[in-house]
Amino acid sequence: MSKLKLATVWLDGCSGCHMSFLDMDERLIQLAEFVDVVYSPIVDTKVFPDEVDIALVEGAVASVDDEKKIKKIRAHSKLLVAMGDCAVAGNVPSMRNPIGPEAILDRAYIENADFQQQIPCVVVPKLLKVVRPIHEFVKVDVFLPGCPPSADTFHTTLTALVTGGALDIPALTRFGA
Amino acid sequence: MSQTITIDPVTRLEGHGKITIQLNGQGEVEDAHFHVTQVRGFERFSQGRPFYEMPALMARICGICPVSHLIASAKACEAIMSVRIPHTAAQLRRMLNLAQMVQSHALSFFYLSSPDLLLGMDSDPANRHIFGVVAAKPELGHAGIALRRFGQHIIELLGNKRIHPGWVVPGGVTEPLAPAKRDEILAMLPEAYAGIKLALTAYKQIAETFKPEIDIFANFPSLYMGLINEDESIEFTDGTLRLIDATGNIVEDGITANRFSEVIGEAVEPYSYTKFAYYKPLGYPEGSYRVGPLARLNIAKSMGTPLADAELAEFKKLAVGPVQGSFHYHYARLIDILYGIEKIEHILTDPLILDKHVRAVAGVNRLEGAGQAEAPRGTLHHHYKVDENGLITWANLVIATGQNNNAMNKGVLQAAKEYVKDGKFTEGALNRVEAVIRTFDPCLSCSTHAFGQMPLVLSLVSDQGDVVDQLIR
Repeated sequence: MSKLKLATVWLDGCSGCHMSFLDMDERLIQLAEFVDVVYSPIVDTKVFPDEVDIALVEGAVASVDDEKKIKKIRAHSKLLVAMGDCAVAGNVPSMRNPIGPEAILDRAYIENADFQQQIPCVVVPKLLKVVRPIHEFVKVDVFLPGCPPSADTFHTTLTALVTGGALDIPALTRFGA
Repeated sequence: MSQTITIDPVTRLEGHGKITIQLNGQGEVEDAHFHVTQVRGFERFSQGRPFYEMPALMARICGICPVSHLIASAKACEAIMSVRIPHTAAQLRRMLNLAQMVQSHALSFFYLSSPDLLLGMDSDPANRHIFGVVAAKPELGHAGIALRRFGQHIIELLGNKRIHPGWVVPGGVTEPLAPAKRDEILAMLPEAYAGIKLALTAYKQIAETFKPEIDIFANFPSLYMGLINEDESIEFTDGTLRLIDATGNIVEDGITANRFSEVIGEAVEPYSYTKFAYYKPLGYPEGSYRVGPLARLNIAKSMGTPLADAELAEFKKLAVGPVQGSFHYHYARLIDILYGIEKIEHILTDPLILDKHVRAVAGVNRLEGAGQAEAPRGTLHHHYKVDENGLITWANLVIATGQNNNAMNKGVLQAAKEYVKDGKFTEGALNRVEAVIRTFDPCLSCSTHAFGQMPLVLSLVSDQGDVVDQLIR
């Protein structure tokens, strides 16, 4: 059996879900006997591969770049997992929604700056008006809540997805866990 | 025709950024930039929240160093409460912060940078990752995983959760240390010592082979800032900040969290969502400085623990005065880890470490407060204002990556000029430009209180801005 291709992606999140993924410790190395991590912040692939079996996506969709990425990921992934509360429901990144991006940018780069006050606009992507969870942009196959989901949750979930075994997510994790 | 080389995303980095290298008509490097590409807005959307929510909320800035944010935030809250936390709470937090430093440094060194260091800057990019390291150097790879686990497991034992523990609160911590947990931490120490000794030995063996990289990886004079104790030993959680110049002279000393904003300013550049911190009397960019492991070791006169002190003495021999080459961040990071393990062991011998009194209680006694701590990658500063009901009216955060931002940009330019000649470069050359950024271990999630990512695109752009040619990796 050829190995499954696994991708992990950060959108607008804190990296805590990725850290919890790494918290599988030695179990991550064992898992690598069954899956190849083909795209991830911890490997050097620069382009999202054409065919990915499982994509774990952390974070909400907050910028025009995030929106392009999630559509590309969906188009090239058989199974898309919303990893953690930001991806599932918006969570902390969406706390800016009632205020809007202008007020956020003004506080950081005008009010709380001492020199060359300006809103960055070169190369950096524009923020969307509203931060939204990924299922509002693309179809999500598996929702894995938690802030972050625990390493045990990752291990049980990935094992089930790799072997095709039963998966009872509410028994593993919940929003805010 | 001018040309822009874009590395997007910079990989094996905590967060998401791009590098652009601008070439002139002759194919010579004219300029280079490191772009941080997201922003979330904690400084604004925290407005209106009760101050006692701040530590748990601010921890969500970063999943790698949430503990630093918990501690700096709790200290800012305690300034608002005007309380001094119980001794045992201070010691437990110190241990938590050191445990996080160990795990975060293990992540940076083993998971992110060791593929370059142990497999080679020009090795096959398809295998340049932690799995490749475990396959090629199993003993070191497993030691790295175990060191990260050591730190994360201590955080879990203390705070009941590895990432975003709710245990640190304004006034102290929510529960004391149970004897069984203390014993479990003590039992983990031998493996941690063995792992870091293995890493230090391996690093010293390979460091000499990286002499060309050491010479041009962000190697230049600058100011340095970090926390120290009154006896001039290294500190991560308490103490005050010292700023030294490129020759080692003290420029500013005893900087408390309250005084921070008098001394340090923040500038904005149009190409990055991360701001650029500078020492106000010198202005921007002349007042730019470096923070983190290299800065801390340049500033501290001692580590205060025997094994790390022996390593510090060896480190100081690298240069007369401060060590300027950012490649040595890697070495400094390993010495930090050794210190962290020793200090955790030392804290556990405190006769009051199991004391049950771990939390002070108070309401709003001041309308403004600031807190600071050393995150693994450098100084972290939180500053809040509240109304009389304790609701946040304003917040500002100055994080490590913003304080290293100017040095990272200068370092990228320095390396690009070396590795890109006549508009030509190899994959390994661009990996080296990325590796300059990796030495700083920046946390881009923190730095913009955000992040993301994309492909490596090399674009040939005409003077009119049209894309003439593109190569995608």
